[in-house]
Amino acid sequence: MILSMRWLSEFVDLEPQMPIRDFTEAMTMTGSKVEGFEIEGSEIKNVVVGKVTAMERHPDSDHMFICMVDAGEEEPLQIVTGAQNVTVGSWVPVAKHKSTLPGGVEIKKGKLRGVASNGMLCSLKELGLTINDFPYAIEDGIFLLEEEGLFPGQDIHEAIGLNDTCVEFEITSNRPDCLSVLGLAREASATFGKPLKQPHPQVKGSGGSIGDYLKVTVSNPVICQRYMARVVNNVKIGPSPRWMRERLRASGVRPINNLVDITNYVMLEYGQPMHAFDLRYVKDNHIQIRNAAEGEAITTLDGVERKLSTDMLVIADGEKPTAVAGVMGGEYSGIHDGTSTVVFESACFQGASVRLTAKKLGMRTEASSRYEKGLDPNTCSLALERACELVEILGAGEVVDGVIDCNNDSRQPIRLPLDSDKINHFLGIDISAEQMKEILKGLEFTIDGDDVIAPSFRGDIQYRADVAEEIARIYGYNNIPTTKLRGAAEAKITPYQAFEKRVNTVLLAQGLSEISTYSFISPKYYDKIRLPADSPLRRSVTITNPLGEDTSVMRTTTIPSVLEVLSRNFNNRNESAWMYEVANEYIPTTDGELPVEKQAVTIGMYGNKVDFYRLKGIVETLLDALNITSWEIRPEKNLPTYHPGRCGVLSIDGEDIGVIAQAHPKVAENYGINTEVYLAVLEMNPMFAHRAADRQYRPLPKFPAITRDLALLCDDELPVVEIEKCIRKGCGNHLEKVELFDVYRGSQIEEGKKSVAYTVTLRSSDHTLTDQDADSAMNKSLKALNEIGVVLRT
Amino acid sequence: MKEALESIRSAVRQQLESVKDLKELDNIRVKYLGKKGELTAILKQMGKLSAEERPVIGQLANEVRSDLEHFLENTSEKIKSQLQDAKLAAETIDVTMPGRTAPMGYKHPLSIVLDEVKDIFLGMGFSVVTGPEVEKDYYNFEALNLPKDHPARDTQDTFYISDDIVLRTQTSSVQVRVMEKQKPPIRVISPGRVYRSDALDATHSPLFHQVEGLVVDKGVTMADLKGTLETMVKRLYGEDAQIRLRPHHFPFTEPSAEVDVMCFHCHGEGCRLCKGEGWIELLGAGMVHPWVLQNCGIDPEVYSGFAFGVGLDRLAMRRFNIDDIRLLLDNDMRFLQQF
Repeated sequence: MILSMRWLSEFVDLEPQMPIRDFTEAMTMTGSKVEGFEIEGSEIKNVVVGKVTAMERHPDSDHMFICMVDAGEEEPLQIVTGAQNVTVGSWVPVAKHKSTLPGGVEIKKGKLRGVASNGMLCSLKELGLTINDFPYAIEDGIFLLEEEGLFPGQDIHEAIGLNDTCVEFEITSNRPDCLSVLGLAREASATFGKPLKQPHPQVKGSGGSIGDYLKVTVSNPVICQRYMARVVNNVKIGPSPRWMRERLRASGVRPINNLVDITNYVMLEYGQPMHAFDLRYVKDNHIQIRNAAEGEAITTLDGVERKLSTDMLVIADGEKPTAVAGVMGGEYSGIHDGTSTVVFESACFQGASVRLTAKKLGMRTEASSRYEKGLDPNTCSLALERACELVEILGAGEVVDGVIDCNNDSRQPIRLPLDSDKINHFLGIDISAEQMKEILKGLEFTIDGDDVIAPSFRGDIQYRADVAEEIARIYGYNNIPTTKLRGAAEAKITPYQAFEKRVNTVLLAQGLSEISTYSFISPKYYDKIRLPADSPLRRSVTITNPLGEDTSVMRTTTIPSVLEVLSRNFNNRNESAWMYEVANEYIPTTDGELPVEKQAVTIGMYGNKVDFYRLKGIVETLLDALNITSWEIRPEKNLPTYHPGRCGVLSIDGEDIGVIAQAHPKVAENYGINTEVYLAVLEMNPMFAHRAADRQYRPLPKFPAITRDLALLCDDELPVVEIEKCIRKGCGNHLEKVELFDVYRGSQIEEGKKSVAYTVTLRSSDHTLTDQDADSAMNKSLKALNEIGVVLRT
Repeated sequence: MKEALESIRSAVRQQLESVKDLKELDNIRVKYLGKKGELTAILKQMGKLSAEERPVIGQLANEVRSDLEHFLENTSEKIKSQLQDAKLAAETIDVTMPGRTAPMGYKHPLSIVLDEVKDIFLGMGFSVVTGPEVEKDYYNFEALNLPKDHPARDTQDTFYISDDIVLRTQTSSVQVRVMEKQKPPIRVISPGRVYRSDALDATHSPLFHQVEGLVVDKGVTMADLKGTLETMVKRLYGEDAQIRLRPHHFPFTEPSAEVDVMCFHCHGEGCRLCKGEGWIELLGAGMVHPWVLQNCGIDPEVYSGFAFGVGLDRLAMRRFNIDDIRLLLDNDMRFLQQF
């Protein structure tokens, strides 16, 4: 909403000379947020009115003229122009030496083909104006001024009324009343404590009776809350007067002709959308406000044919819809050359219905965006009278006597008790009931004893809290004190939150950086990670209105997100990237139900000497730090996302909780990563569930340990975890540590075999172990090892 | 004999002056104090002395021996010290060479700021709760006084999964879930991802992050809301930071406010950073709408509360002077390693 300050001054007298910033600041602080302001023509400097006193052809040009211009100085200015429409006696805008025009254009004196020129005569465009602002001017040529009271040297802003200040407001959806000069005037009146000059439009009328021209039937009184109309005869279409054009221009609306301008003017002034249409096109002179019939269509003003549905309200004549109520008129319903009788419509439609219709038709108009917020049916009559008053003031036609008014407004005024104690307690302030009443009166509330009644244009007032807000915003939010919350509160970090924090800490400490990725992906990414065609993970929660396919489904796995980030880093030539994210996977359930949002830790790595065991080491450290002790890993060859020989599935107590793997080279290739990529995914919930109890202190060892080295020979295929199991079994309670320190294949080792070497540390908590104890443990271990074909290397 | 002892003493003293290393020193020790050393040889001849001379010479001999030992010890210390100095000098390294670092991971800037926010609110007695991102329309809109035809829905372009399920557009959805489950007193914050169908550019992202706050109890006032937000802002931006509340409209709070923080750059004067306003918009807040309380089974005649929602991305961008929101989700290592 752009507000002309000059227009505002018709409704409220502000402090003269109030700096504009004081105005915008104060309005913002009472709730009418100012986005910015512009002083019209502020870019134009040192441009004045001049009168051409003499002209001659430029001796060295076939199209230029040398003009002598009286610009209010002692001597006339000599200015060369190429324009063809200037004559002696023309009033012209003169950009003098050292002047500025819109767009930062600077004008200086100079020579044009050898002839001195002390400035420039300006066109409309050069002043930042259009033909709509001054219909009498021409587009290509000098702007020949036809204003009254011109004199040489007069500042151009003053001469053409280009000196308004335009303030842009951001009006919230609950205050459609403020999308108008009157509404903002009410706010300004309350903000600055200045009285509001209530408008009282007067229509003289010209006789006749509207009943002879028009009949109106409303068949849906719920949606059509009010329909009013007046008829204007002997219409004379022409340009509007300058003051009206100025205000429209200042409000960002293009002047068109007097009738259209009147509808726009009234809408801007009172916030009430108006419609003017030619009576000739109202078949049977009967306007029906009804729901569209099955299969009906309308070609709207913009030339598009639109199919209507039966829940849409239309304005129809005896035959067909002529307008979509509250949205847009039909193609014939406007004002045309030759229009002689015009109907002015001022109506109020239910917001929700207009909103739905506009949405279904995919057309949001100025009118619909106002109606959908809920307008006040009471404004209809004020606006209609104002429009007709303007018709008479402008001499644009003769207003026929009589008004059609179908008023179905069944709203009751909102009456609320003014409980000053409760309001004070709610806001944390202490002001008297009288002060509250004063504030509310300033906002046009009616005070009735201890009750307040909201004005009808304030559809947003429903509750005591709404009244409290009115008081608070005029009293000033900044005058409300600041206090600390009282009372005890039990803040806590849940065990899961502590667990999550631990995951982050441990991964960060191991050199992985935290990332944050999009939750939505393209369904094609499942192909990119080679997910099998029948994988249940391909069933995703799908967004019905995505921005694009790339962000159209909620991921069921975080792998594509992490690969994408690795890929971006690789493409950006980052030598290495070690990263992780704790983030959600979205697993659909049944239709109509919410998906399960599962948190997973996803690790992605390339570069900086990462290999499978580096990644596994990071995961082992994480599990250890999380107190997860009973995990196992088994090789897995059948997950196409991963390298078949370098992939392990992690499980805890038989439940699979994640994967540690090298990405399959084809997957890496799909992401354009030309190096080994390592990935791990661990599900948070099962890890959380399987974590051991909190750690307890164990006394430091009192007795010495014995260590034994075991050099073993086994089949190359045998996973070493099997060897470790045998050693654990053989050593029993005394085993403190079993460490693999060497794996060797090659000379001196039989083909298909490998040598594996361990250091085993044994210790007892209650006595010093003897060599016999150790020998016995080793023998038991070897016996178990022999059973799986592992022998001592000799 | 006396002369012999004196000459040994001065000879040793003289020789020690030129001793270079411990081996040479040891040679001297052996030469004079060893079993076959010169002093030992002299002492062996003590028996030949007269009874008068013996104690005198004996005393002198002891004195010389003690002196020699003393000299040797001192010299030894001196040599050792010189040797160590030489060794340390040889071990000199260039301390300006770069250190060897252990790999360290970097917390995401959003997490850094979120952790700060959490700590601030934990300190004020708030618990941290979460809610679903794929959410029922009911929790995201309807229960927040935003029925299906409400024009305020237009300000939040929504991703739909179905007619009744959306990607939540605001963490405010968690408010209702909390109030349904928990009776007052309630004091929670709820951080998380939110979604709006805004095309990605330097200042908009279809996915961003909010932190919701909710307090419901008997006698909670708008002054408490101001105090709580002021505390948050001062903890985040320093004790000088100032806020102002502007009236605004949210369907689920009444009164509603937008909260600005005084521009850090110009301190309210108006500059390019704050677009001439002197203030920068920080968050939305207000007193929980009585309808919302009622709808969650909390009697608005007995209880009142406030709620607020902060954009975490904007908080982080302001905090670290990041000028493009896309950087936050690009996760370029060169970006991440700056924090």
